[in-house]
Amino acid sequence: MNFFKRFAQNRGALVGLVILGLVVLLALLAPFLYPDSPWRMVQRPFLAPGEVSGFWLGTDVMGRDVAAGLAHGAWVSLLIGLISTVVALAIGVPLGALAGYFGGKIDDALMRFTEFFQTIPNFALAIVLVAIMEPSTFSIVLAIAIVSWPPVARLVRGEFLSIKHREYVEAARLVGQTHRDIIIKQILPNTLSPVIVLASLMVATAILLESSLSFLGLGDPDTMSWGYMIGAARTVMRQAWWLSVIPGVAILLTVLALNLVGEGLDDALNPQLARAR
Amino acid sequence: MSEPTRESGAPLLRIERLSLALPEGADRLYAVDNVSYDLKAGEILCVVGESGSGKSMTANALMGLLPTGVHVAKGRALFDGQDVLAMDELSHRALRGRRIGMIFQEPMTALNPLMRVGEQIAEVFEAHGLLTPRARRERALALLEEVRLPDPTSALRAYPFELSGGQRQRVMIAMALALEPELLIADEPTTALDVTTQAQILHLVKDLQARRGMAVMFITHDFGVVAEIADRVCVMREGKIVEMGEAREVLDHPRHDYTRALIDAIPADVVAAVGRPADTVAAVGRPAGVVAAVERPGDAIPPPRDGTDSTPLLSVSGLDKVYRSSGGWFQPKREVVALDGIGFSLGKGETLGIVGESGSGKSTLGRCIVGLNRPDSGEIRLDGVDLSALEGRALRAHRRRIQMVFQDPYASLNPRIRVGMAIAQGPIANGVPKAEALAQARTLLATVGLDGGAAERYPHEFSGGQRQRIGIARALALNPELIVADEAVSALDVSIQAQVLKLLDDLKQKLDLSLLFITHDLRVAAQICDRLIVMQKGRIVEHGSAREIFTSPQHPYTRELLEAIPGRREAPATATAGVL
Repeated sequence: MNFFKRFAQNRGALVGLVILGLVVLLALLAPFLYPDSPWRMVQRPFLAPGEVSGFWLGTDVMGRDVAAGLAHGAWVSLLIGLISTVVALAIGVPLGALAGYFGGKIDDALMRFTEFFQTIPNFALAIVLVAIMEPSTFSIVLAIAIVSWPPVARLVRGEFLSIKHREYVEAARLVGQTHRDIIIKQILPNTLSPVIVLASLMVATAILLESSLSFLGLGDPDTMSWGYMIGAARTVMRQAWWLSVIPGVAILLTVLALNLVGEGLDDALNPQLARAR
Repeated sequence: MSEPTRESGAPLLRIERLSLALPEGADRLYAVDNVSYDLKAGEILCVVGESGSGKSMTANALMGLLPTGVHVAKGRALFDGQDVLAMDELSHRALRGRRIGMIFQEPMTALNPLMRVGEQIAEVFEAHGLLTPRARRERALALLEEVRLPDPTSALRAYPFELSGGQRQRVMIAMALALEPELLIADEPTTALDVTTQAQILHLVKDLQARRGMAVMFITHDFGVVAEIADRVCVMREGKIVEMGEAREVLDHPRHDYTRALIDAIPADVVAAVGRPADTVAAVGRPAGVVAAVERPGDAIPPPRDGTDSTPLLSVSGLDKVYRSSGGWFQPKREVVALDGIGFSLGKGETLGIVGESGSGKSTLGRCIVGLNRPDSGEIRLDGVDLSALEGRALRAHRRRIQMVFQDPYASLNPRIRVGMAIAQGPIANGVPKAEALAQARTLLATVGLDGGAAERYPHEFSGGQRQRIGIARALALNPELIVADEAVSALDVSIQAQVLKLLDDLKQKLDLSLLFITHDLRVAAQICDRLIVMQKGRIVEHGSAREIFTSPQHPYTRELLEAIPGRREAPATATAGVL
């Protein structure tokens, strides 16, 4: 069976893929659907969804179009989620690979370093980092990456530990392949499936982290994001519930979709472990 | 518990026209196709077949252990008159364990590693709501005594990892016997065990069966085991029964070609098999063997055959290796001596067999020689150069000269690398241009009997035997002078084993290779080795030409090993008598 067929066997994963597709589409089309800045005040504040035609999700405290904010926010959320995950992988995979492959003192040193990051609560560290570096897209991405690489390193190390004793790796050592070749060509490709699954979930976590940071006012002040929208609307929760609920649902759906896709990837990449359906 | 009385002659188990359907897209429609057989009380039926023959499937269906996707297409399985396959879960559960017991191949994974042995046996009674906890413990102890576990009282409190493989299998048997089943299903119960242990377990099963009057369905791939234990035999191939009958009848006069091929693949008479599989019949004949052995009595190391010169290619001396586990806060350090003062030499073009049971250090020796492990002390000289003193680049340059063929054809090829590349990676790492290395890989594939198109495919598209051929091609890619084959055919079916052994032997002749052949299987060693080293607990206990070791073993351990070979008939005793 091919990869997509196995993936599609998991119905939830297909639903997730469709939702994710829609969110990506929304993010891509944002500049065309709402060419103006989402920060522009365009109507009376506190319009309920559908109250005035053309503003089908209403307007916020300052009279900004909620639909425009949602579309532009999708772009920001996805971008931050993806980039921070890529950065986290770029830190975690090599560290985990080196620790797992060489073992001994190198492993000890790298793993103590990893634990140093793991022992500090994620979110607290992210807040501190963003606060120190001043909120910007760059600092947020970096902060999220820094708090989320340790699990990657742990996972990759574990995979390396088990794979480095396989006979094909020993065979590669015997023919005289260099350590670098063995790590990159022999072992790494075989560790990718769990890493891909983990990465899809990390994107979801990163989106949540970004939203939480923005909610606390630590978002990039120049970009509209879902977290910021909720944060800005929390004081008017009772007058205009939709201002928090709409971006909230957007976050929920996106994170859910990513989790479903992650699960589907897990099934597709590890067919032996796929649950009987 | 009272044994239900049954009129003699009525079968305890009757399989009627059973077909088990495989999921769509499998290589055939049915795992088991229209199979019928009977099993009477007090009878041992051996179901024999190679991997993929569907020999275990019927038993799995009986126990409700069919893998997902496989289902009963038609047929019945009557156990004492009731159709087991049509039962609801509740009555099936009452049957399992209580009236049908099962033992599995791998005793380590079949026992819960975190549960004491005694508790695991008691759990069998608990699952069926029998006896008081105290009585359960007593029964567990009695059972362990019955399966003749040494020191049963302390074994009750032991964890599975504290027992040896054979002891674990005894525990498994005790569990299967706990509720005095009328039918015992044994699925390859001795395959994972050493020969001597295997002989003991076979003896135990036979003994218990006779004492309790059980019916036993014994699933195996090994005709040696069949000869040892079976009353009746059922030979399966690709889901169909090819031959069925009384054990003696089938073994002595196999009617079907496939059965004959399987029986021939295992030399029942090991002595006659000494020599190369490629040898002519005349050379293999026993009289010649006896004469050859008589001609040079008392030679410790007979002169090697023609074509092998006396200058050693590899000489090993004083090799020691001790494995130390660091131990925890509450645990003492553990030391296992894997190699203890090993010394031998191997001539150019010679095949040296290293034989021993698990834990004898034979694999460690092989790994030290190829450089995967470092010995604690001692010398390994290849053409006079001490390999254990080399490091880094110099070592890498020498590695080319000794290559290894690994045991597990499934684990020894990287699943994500195409076969051609897997073979070419050695030459590439040693500076050969990629295109040239890949072209060479295709030639090598042809050399080991696969077509060049195989280079473009991934390992999972090949069978075990084909993968082992690829492994051999990979080892050959660097033009080595010595190949270390660590249990290279142990994971293969017997008929495939013979082919791979023949290939190794042919290649050895053609390319003037030396071969260090590590195996636990004396029957395999007999087929390919010129000289043999017998190892026990890290030491060499016997050393000599293959023929000598098989015809007149000196050391008691060697004798024990030879006697434990299953299915050994008449021959060795007479041959030995002839020599003495």
